Amino acid sequence: MKHLLSTYDLSRADALRILDVTEEMAAVGTREVKKLPALRGRTVATLFFEDSTRTRISFEAAAKRLSADVINFAAKGSSVSKGESLKDTAQTLEAIGAEAVVIRHGASGAADRLAQTDWISAAVVNAGDGTHEHPTQALLDAFTLRQHWARVHGVDPTGTDLSGMNVVIVGDVLHSRVARSNLWLLNTLGAHVTFVAPPTLLPVGIGNWPCTISYDLDEALATGPDAVMMLRVQAERMNAAYFPSTAEYSRRWGFDDARLSALDERGLEDTIILHPGPMNRGLEISAGAADSPRAVVLQQVSNGVAVRMAVLYLLLSGDH
Amino acid sequence: MTSTAANETYFISGARLLGDAPADLLIADGVVAAIGADAAADPRATEAVKIEANDQILLPGMVDLHTHLREPGREDAETVETGTQAAALGGFTAVHAMANSNPVADTAGVVEQVWSLGRRSGWVDVRPVGAVTIGLAGERLSELGAMAESRAGVRVFSDDGICVSDPVLMRRALEYVKAFDGVVAQHAQEPRLTEGAQMNEGDVSAVLGLPGWPAVAEESIIARDVLLAEHVGSRLHVCHVSTAGSVDIIRWAKSRGIDVTAEVTPHHLLLTDEKVRTYNPVYKVNPPLRREQDVMALREALADGTIDIIGTDHAPHPTEAKECEWAQAAMGMTGLETALSVVQHTMIETGLMGWKDFARVTSTTPARIGRVVDQGRPIAVGEPANVTLVDPSARWIVEPTEMATMGRNSPFSGLELPGKVTATFFHGTATVLDGALHHRRIAQDNA
Ligand SMILES: [Zn+2]
Repeated sequence: MKHLLSTYDLSRADALRILDVTEEMAAVGTREVKKLPALRGRTVATLFFEDSTRTRISFEAAAKRLSADVINFAAKGSSVSKGESLKDTAQTLEAIGAEAVVIRHGASGAADRLAQTDWISAAVVNAGDGTHEHPTQALLDAFTLRQHWARVHGVDPTGTDLSGMNVVIVGDVLHSRVARSNLWLLNTLGAHVTFVAPPTLLPVGIGNWPCTISYDLDEALATGPDAVMMLRVQAERMNAAYFPSTAEYSRRWGFDDARLSALDERGLEDTIILHPGPMNRGLEISAGAADSPRAVVLQQVSNGVAVRMAVLYLLLSGDH
Repeated sequence: MTSTAANETYFISGARLLGDAPADLLIADGVVAAIGADAAADPRATEAVKIEANDQILLPGMVDLHTHLREPGREDAETVETGTQAAALGGFTAVHAMANSNPVADTAGVVEQVWSLGRRSGWVDVRPVGAVTIGLAGERLSELGAMAESRAGVRVFSDDGICVSDPVLMRRALEYVKAFDGVVAQHAQEPRLTEGAQMNEGDVSAVLGLPGWPAVAEESIIARDVLLAEHVGSRLHVCHVSTAGSVDIIRWAKSRGIDVTAEVTPHHLLLTDEKVRTYNPVYKVNPPLRREQDVMALREALADGTIDIIGTDHAPHPTEAKECEWAQAAMGMTGLETALSVVQHTMIETGLMGWKDFARVTSTTPARIGRVVDQGRPIAVGEPANVTLVDPSARWIVEPTEMATMGRNSPFSGLELPGKVTATFFHGTATVLDGALHHRRIAQDNA
């Protein structure tokens, strides 16, 4: 693996390898000294054209736990329209010595561009590009799901995939890089994915994707999923006629208290709830659901650091 | 560039006129002076420059109804000089310069400026296109009559790059240009349905997470416009048709007797939106590259006459406009120097068309739509010598840095294509000889 750009092209073997290394990295996080010397003297740059403190900090923590030096470059408040040159910025970071560039960008394909042009030779990690992909988010979700799945079945997670698992992903699939990355990865790992969304928030062409499509959350929950992943509703969608009102959205597609108790009533005690954060409480998820023991949101966050350690380690350690 | 262009005399031996059996041809005093045995017998043949055609094909000079020459205003992207050099090398003897320059070609003054730059360049006939609305703003009609009556003699009006989306304004434009036998060339793109659009909406855009450009945004405007053209009894030209559905609508309109013509670009005859998976902005274009089934429908429609002509939509951009993220990149591709080869590859090598059809779609019909006199004429004695000699057996690898256009944004870079223009004659002057620029025709009366 030279870069991590998407989960679309990620092989099952590479995905499992990342998840298995993540197991080892997660163990480091439970030690008193949360640091490995693996990347001492190596330099990782984070290049964020789009604000995301959570993701940036997660990558930064991951790099530091591996003893790498970190350069943070925040193209502050800049957007593609302001003409911050991707090429110039990346070349500057490489000149400073960056061997891996973690890029977050509002434009789909920005990470692919860095990787496929001859602008830089550093390894490129896509930390979210437009509405395209967010592969490390999908990997941390898969890791969280695998932990859960292995525990339920009483097996060692290492080396296992998600065969037989049913995952329901709910919300704005159209604009969600998290939904895309999760679909490809979960599918590669043998899980079955159901997307639930208003038809306006599903992309044209989704009929050819390896998943089930539903417009009805209650129907999807009645099938007894093993995990429900709620997507964040972006504020800018609310007034753009994708749905009539936030009230109607949360009634039809929000994970509210009634749906939470429906899971209890059906005896689905092992169904967990994921959310990539930050959550709109009361819109796509109720406070009751977000704070319930089913919610694994904080686990996702801590697994995020371990996954990113694994990715940086695999890209930079020379152990390909 | 020393010889006096107006007096060039050429004897072309063994050229296949429109692909027919080899014959000799004499060009003298700007016209086709003799053909066949008469050419060899003509006393002027002895002193003429000899060109061994060796079964190469002689075609009427190609006429492009859709070129972006960028001047005035974007001389960093292209100038009339470099754009017309590219045109000559591509086998063209006339190009229509789209109005989206800066300032916009929406007055008699600007179209006359472009026209006179074209006269001075001397490589091809430059026909300015006039903007339909002032500043391409889609609000008020430009002085269409003044542009028509200017020395530029504008007959084609277009806001290309932007759709005339207001149905009332479009109706008025169609009606008004009837007064001087003009045509409105519509860039069919419903603006609300394509807000933020980056590529064709479909399977590929769904995976790539790029905002989609639905086919219906093009088709709904074409459907509306053919009905408007029928209602007011005017002629409509549809720019760069890109979808199978658009083809169906135009076919229906023609069957109904509506006076509509349509063009397709070479790139829409060859490339699909699968190319966008690279995120390389060289494939970013408006209208966007569509699906395989659209490409097939476009080829079929060009072959059966539903689509009338090839329009290059030559759209040069400076390197930095393409060397960036997809969303930030400019839309457009160069096309003048590759048009013939791409059409040969997609239409002739596939058996869909012969060279006579090629002449119809690249010369005769575009000249007729644009009302360009002296162009798109039969190759016959006494006709102006606007002709192009093509070696159909040549193969070449597209290398944008070797082109005359300033734009390096060719989507065909690195591709091996058939067919090479070996000579182009513009009113009897060889603008291209042995595949290279030769010399320009001395500027016509600049009075
Ligand atoms: Zn256009």
